[in-house]
Amino acid sequence: MTDTVPTLTPEQLDIFGQELDAIRQRALDDLGERDIDYIHRMIRIQRGLEVTGRGLLFASFIPPAWLAGVAALSLSKILDNMEIGHNVMHGQYDWTGDPALSGHGFEWDTTCPSDQWRHSHNYMHHTHTNIVGKDRDLGYGILRISEEQSWNPYYLGNPAYAILLALFFEWGVAFHDLEVERLGSGDVDWAEKRDLAAGIWRKASRQVLKDYVLFPVLAGPQAPLVLAGNATANIVRNVWTFTIIFCGHFPSGVFEFSEQETEEETRGEWYFRQLLGSANLTGSKLFHIMAGNLSHQIEHHLFPDIPAHRYGEIAAEVSELCARFGIPYNTGPLGKQFGSVVKKICRLALPDKLRRSAPAPAAAPAPTPRPEAVPVAA
Amino acid sequence: MYTETQATHPAGRQSDRSRTRPRRRNLGHRILGSGLVEALAAPHGVDRYLELVRPGWSLHDVRAELTAVHHPAPDSVTLTLRPNHVWRGFAAGQFVRLTIEIDGVQRSRCYSPASSVHRADGLIELTARAHPEGLVSRFLHHRAVPGMVVGLEQAAGDFVLPPERPERIALVSGGSGITPVMSMLRTLLDEEYRGEVAFLHYARTADRVPYARELARVSAEAPGVTVAFAYTRGEHRGELEGYFCAEHLRAVAPDAAATHTYVCGPPGLIDAVRAAGDPALVHSESFVPPALTLDTGDAVGAVSFARSGVDAPNTGATLLEQAEMAGLKPAHGCRMGICHTCTCRKLAGGVRNIRTGELSSTEDEDIQICVSVPTGSVALDL
Repeated sequence: MTDTVPTLTPEQLDIFGQELDAIRQRALDDLGERDIDYIHRMIRIQRGLEVTGRGLLFASFIPPAWLAGVAALSLSKILDNMEIGHNVMHGQYDWTGDPALSGHGFEWDTTCPSDQWRHSHNYMHHTHTNIVGKDRDLGYGILRISEEQSWNPYYLGNPAYAILLALFFEWGVAFHDLEVERLGSGDVDWAEKRDLAAGIWRKASRQVLKDYVLFPVLAGPQAPLVLAGNATANIVRNVWTFTIIFCGHFPSGVFEFSEQETEEETRGEWYFRQLLGSANLTGSKLFHIMAGNLSHQIEHHLFPDIPAHRYGEIAAEVSELCARFGIPYNTGPLGKQFGSVVKKICRLALPDKLRRSAPAPAAAPAPTPRPEAVPVAA
Repeated sequence: MYTETQATHPAGRQSDRSRTRPRRRNLGHRILGSGLVEALAAPHGVDRYLELVRPGWSLHDVRAELTAVHHPAPDSVTLTLRPNHVWRGFAAGQFVRLTIEIDGVQRSRCYSPASSVHRADGLIELTARAHPEGLVSRFLHHRAVPGMVVGLEQAAGDFVLPPERPERIALVSGGSGITPVMSMLRTLLDEEYRGEVAFLHYARTADRVPYARELARVSAEAPGVTVAFAYTRGEHRGELEGYFCAEHLRAVAPDAAATHTYVCGPPGLIDAVRAAGDPALVHSESFVPPALTLDTGDAVGAVSFARSGVDAPNTGATLLEQAEMAGLKPAHGCRMGICHTCTCRKLAGGVRNIRTGELSSTEDEDIQICVSVPTGSVALDL
């Protein structure tokens, strides 16, 4: 992973942008039956796993059935949230005109209301990716994930907060748009957020009712086992989605940006920032599906509304383009990428002074290049 | 589980609204439609699971399975459909919106059932002419097969016979406009209607007329029904010649002044029929394909924000900017075509996507208004 930021002239950035526009257009022109068949197959598999998982949990008195039920339901929730929900809600299938695949109408199997997700994620995060102070996905208002966030004693708990966020990730996502941390500081007025809170209450209560009341009650004497199974499936999904998502923007070598330097961005500069602010994961086809193809985070951030199952095909063109322009293309296996995220979370728990005087870790992560070093944005 | 509710119809009944039939909800429907099952199936809903078991199954959406596909004329296709239990029936002359998937994209078109509303098996029959540029009609003509499931909407339209049937009825049609009046005729015959019916159909050539044989038989056998064809081209001569004129109507319906005329076809035919008789007695429906010409030049036309009831002249700016200029506050995010927050339904009109340059004049499609510029008059569901 290179630490030096590539220098591109405005003309080069324009050409870079045009080349990416051309890749996007080729994919758009090719959209058709293949894409709809793919997402329909995913939906069939997900619904099948869901029904199977719930059914097996009803037979929980046989221990292997409980385990298999939890596995099937976990996989169902992962597919629902990532490869189906996240991607459909990006409008990746709006071109089909199918109301069941409408980016604006889809609702997913998590406590987060889809309309709030579309605001916090599709708009706030995807438009302002890795801009410190604007992209609230940088630390989710809970963690210290950037050197730019000044240290205070609260951050000593950084690793503990990360573990809690991983376990209850769907709740973190649900409350994301509420900006709870800013409510406390008085930056945001509670009255403004009342409707959002009501929306979270409506959605979350339906999810809780389904997973923790109705299905357990229907299981009669096996209610505790079904309840435990549903809770486990939710936690498995939470930890998995947390892991994949934290590998998208926080591994070492990913760049951050400031508000000033990203004002008046051209299309080419926007693409450039998306690319430098994202990291990919390598893995098998099954791994990519289970990651909702967010393992192709770079391609997803360049083309958030192109069906995600195509990112793998586009990736070759994008990485070739990066090589041609000398732009780092951040990718690696899950272990390496997530390991660097864990290190960063632990490192940033300590005050900067203490960290500098402390003996350097065995494999010191590369210092995150600062935005000032990005000449194109100047 | 999905039994067909049959239309019960006492002979001679004067209401053709089979939709007034009581809907039978069996135990399966009651359980699947219960609040408990809906809560268990949250957030996707019961239908999203049912349709995976069988594509035609749904608690809320009208779907229909094709039971037969015929080609009554070289360029026509007749589909027989069995709607699911959500279907509420139709009145003779109404149309339905049919949706099919072509290359992954859902396409909808309106067709008028040609069948009698009293058909005992509850099936409906649609006939479409395959236009050379007609995406949907060509697909139906070439690719429709029995067993295929299509989406439908409930029947709509005011082009219907009144519940109290008039004593004299003229049914006039041109080209594919034959289907709603065919439904009216078949419905009247099923009701053992005792009045007089004149059926007048215009086609370019004789071989293009679907239902020609059935109409000839009806004309010969049914008392009070006169059928006449007129061909505007070709060698074949019909009972009448050339385009519609007042004499044509008089030839089949002598007492034209007291005749209720139902006409469906191209605008020229409708205008001619209106001019020939008492306009108060003329009921019409026109199928005009939407204009496909897109003006990409200077901004023309008007932008209509249908839900807000606001109209404004097209300034040539993006629809999001124009909506904001008109005082609306549409949901939006990135303003650069990335986040899809501003996506809203375009009801009619042509737009150009400024990111891709793509032109589109499809009715009822979702567009990103932050990157869409109207190329003429546009109506938005905003």
